[in-house]
Amino acid sequence: MTLELFRIDDRLIHGQVVVGWGQPCTLGFFVLVDDDVSASEWEQELYRMGVPPEMDLHFESVASAAARLPEYRQDPRPGMLLTGDIATMQRLVAAAPGIRAVMVGGIHHKPGRAPRLRYVFLTADEEQRLRDLAAAGVTVTAQDVPQAAALPLDDLLRGDGSG
Amino acid sequence: MSDGASGGTRAVVAGHGTFAEGIRSAVEQISGRGDCFIAVSNAGLGPREIEAVLREALARSGARLIFTDLPAGSCTMAARRLQREDPALTVVTGAALPTILSYACGGDLGKAAEQGREALTVLEGKRDA
Repeated sequence: MTLELFRIDDRLIHGQVVVGWGQPCTLGFFVLVDDDVSASEWEQELYRMGVPPEMDLHFESVASAAARLPEYRQDPRPGMLLTGDIATMQRLVAAAPGIRAVMVGGIHHKPGRAPRLRYVFLTADEEQRLRDLAAAGVTVTAQDVPQAAALPLDDLLRGDGSG
Repeated sequence: MSDGASGGTRAVVAGHGTFAEGIRSAVEQISGRGDCFIAVSNAGLGPREIEAVLREALARSGARLIFTDLPAGSCTMAARRLQREDPALTVVTGAALPTILSYACGGDLGKAAEQGREALTVLEGKRDA
């Protein structure tokens, strides 16, 4: 296993990611892709605090992540790449060919978003972006924790927030 | 390290699921001091919303202390962002009932943290050789 998990999660580094995924999948590193965080030492320090010392945490902009993706794929350890929103993942997929699967791990409520799962709320624009990713050949699923089944995009978009 | 508070809300407890309400309820059952705390859950909330709920809880209560469950958790991240705005704010991560109960009953944060660390014990049964 190498860098195989590409996750959209508005909380970025948090308990579900570090403990829920990190321990059972024995993740060795995270790649946090966010243009703002990659330019802020303070934000990076904040996220570093949440990651145990045996796990590496790399900060990248979309452009630098696309450039360094081959290097991360050479890392023999299991790894996870995170973006905080769909648009950022879409930009990365466009800039870095070869991303075949993306999981929606958590997009929480804010005005304008409709509930699809208890951990996924989407605007019409975000739904279209997910459809566009799928149309580009990326398998899009929703999955909050490893023990849960990965829900296909069609099922995600049919959801009413109760699932 | 006493906060000097006497009665009323002393701190916010924040965490995953019903962790915070469970802690508040347990403190109430054991000591009758559950009203020392405001419970905040991150359930269903994005990072900015967690921050807003914590900010409102602090403003409403006057508390300057937040207990959180996981060091890597989203409540801790939000609390640390608030701490950047208000350096007088204290954040305690990895908090569990022994620490929070001790704080509710004594108000000494250093002693409460020490008691929490001491309370964490692995008790193994006697095994036949």
